[in-house]
Amino acid sequence: MASVTLQNLTKSYAGGALKAVNDVTLDIEEGEFLVLVGPSGCGKSTALRMIAGLEEITDGAVWIGDDFVNDVHPKDRDIAMVFQSYALYPHMSVYDNIAFPLQIARMPKAEVDTRVQEAARILELEAYLKRRPGQLSGGQRQRVAMGRAIVRKPSVFLMDEPLSNLDAKLRVQMRAEIASLQHRLGVTTIYVTHDQVEAMTMGHRVALLKDGVLQQVDTPSNMYNKPRNTFVAAFIGAPTMNLYWATLEGGNDNLGVRLGSHLLKLPAHARAEHPGLERYAGKRLIVGIRPEDVADAATVPNTDPVNKITAEVDLVEALGADVIVHLGIDAQAAEVRSSDSLDEIKADESKSRCVARFTAKSDVRIGQTVTVAFDTERLHFFDGETGEAIRA
Amino acid sequence: MATARTYDPELLRAEKRRRENMRRLKGLGLHALLIALLFVMLYPVIWMVFSALRPEAEIFGDMGFIPTNWTLENFVRGWQLYGNLTFTQFYINSFIICALAIVGNLLACSMAAYAFARLEFRGKWFLFAIMLGTMMLPIHVQLIPQYIFFLNIGWVNTILPLVVPKFLAHDAFFIFLMVQFMRSLPSELEQAAVVDGASYWQRYWRIILPLSMPALATTAVFTFINTYNDFFSQLIYLTDTDRMTVPVALRLFLDPSGGSSSFGGLFAMVLVSIGPVLGFFLASQRLLTKGIATQGIK
Repeated sequence: MASVTLQNLTKSYAGGALKAVNDVTLDIEEGEFLVLVGPSGCGKSTALRMIAGLEEITDGAVWIGDDFVNDVHPKDRDIAMVFQSYALYPHMSVYDNIAFPLQIARMPKAEVDTRVQEAARILELEAYLKRRPGQLSGGQRQRVAMGRAIVRKPSVFLMDEPLSNLDAKLRVQMRAEIASLQHRLGVTTIYVTHDQVEAMTMGHRVALLKDGVLQQVDTPSNMYNKPRNTFVAAFIGAPTMNLYWATLEGGNDNLGVRLGSHLLKLPAHARAEHPGLERYAGKRLIVGIRPEDVADAATVPNTDPVNKITAEVDLVEALGADVIVHLGIDAQAAEVRSSDSLDEIKADESKSRCVARFTAKSDVRIGQTVTVAFDTERLHFFDGETGEAIRA
Repeated sequence: MATARTYDPELLRAEKRRRENMRRLKGLGLHALLIALLFVMLYPVIWMVFSALRPEAEIFGDMGFIPTNWTLENFVRGWQLYGNLTFTQFYINSFIICALAIVGNLLACSMAAYAFARLEFRGKWFLFAIMLGTMMLPIHVQLIPQYIFFLNIGWVNTILPLVVPKFLAHDAFFIFLMVQFMRSLPSELEQAAVVDGASYWQRYWRIILPLSMPALATTAVFTFINTYNDFFSQLIYLTDTDRMTVPVALRLFLDPSGGSSSFGGLFAMVLVSIGPVLGFFLASQRLLTKGIATQGIK
């Protein structure tokens, strides 16, 4: 086990014109499971490959434990990597695939055998040791790749989207297996994914990247409940958070948020949690609300009538346990394209869609006009110019 | 509203039969044409096979296609060329040269190809372009300087000029072939090996080489065929009769000075000499078409 420290890590291409990873500073503690998440092309895999030593570092530094490893060969970094494609050697048996790093290290045969058998037992691969990768299912191949990583007993595991080639059901199963394996082995793990569900369910902490820039590093719960900016708010959570342009109205005890023609009353609790809101009185800002905080008013009778809005039902997606409802509301949606540029937070006049997650009890139909209740205690507030969350 | 539609099943069946007959007729015609063309092309070989199986005197005396007297005498006499010199010796010579050429090409060309395909070094593309350029040099341009060079170092009348260049990655075509193949291998396989601690040599020997089996098989087959059939270089570099190879030895049946030539023996031995090429090709055909590289991916 070892900690991993990234300091101002940068990867530039085309003489610095393009920055795949931009000034990322991050401390990953010993035994921690950190998930690097972000949309395609955000630089997460490049960052991982720089930690592995497969990509040259343009600027900044990487430490593994107390060792400065910028110029250390991958094999000497005491890491093991699981690739997206698994990268199993197709001409070798499962046994030889797992044993390969140990054979390369010239470990005695008996020791190799013990370690391979142990890894196979942990991953339930004992019955397949003589097979070739081509004769295994996707999940089994994934486990062989894991076996090749754990057999070396490295200080750090690096995983580059290891589940992206599996079908949805197997992915859920393997997700739990990897998380429990990491918990059991206690090895520091950096896991790259574009799937925010993986990020939220597997990691102790999640680091979200956008265009090579680190947006937020936090626990999954904080990423969800306290997003630092509109990009994090929109990226984490499915369906995504509803974001609207709004104006803050009223005084100290009577603060309200104007969404289109509606004025939502802010409870004392929300005001206390966002003291910085006072500064925005009379100004435009972005208000966010998660789909589960928009309820069918018929199923929550005790809502303050002020916080109820009537809306048209555009689409209903029944998921069984709950219902995703697409509503048309009278409010101006804020489209988030980037969190670090004011120009790109654009007001989209034509759009006023609101996605809500109703309980299965709700029986709304397409075309119906419903009354929805906004949970105003759970509103998120962002600066209209910077997109940063408004807190203190 | 759906409209009522009718059709005649009998008419449909008749149409289907007519189309089926037409298809068969076309197939038959095409096959007949191909068989006729095949016969024209194979005629010299068939004629040679029958000539080898008829007495010497009948070869040019009897214009009939099928021999009237069948005999294996040509094979026996052909094999024992004269004195102690039999084709056993020529085959041994040919096989030694072929085996060494194959080993040399496989090792040297694959190493050069690995460097060009996977390693980064200064001047790589320039060297690659020069290597490709050598493919365009006609053999006749290289022949005399090479002969003089080998003569000066005393290698003429040994197998060294035929074999040593193969160990020095002399065949640019095979390097090119393997470079193209190795480039198609997933780079993640090698990166995984890098993280696993494998050195350049281990990556080449344990990962890239086994995965390049189809390209290696192609190289082996073509090296064998080229070397085995290489009459010209073997003729100029091997002068002693006991060092001669099969294609050079076949020439001994003919007397260029107009004396007695043994056409029966020649045809019989030419027939036998086709065997190894055909056998080698058939044996390695499976490898030629087998692509195993991507099985471990995804």
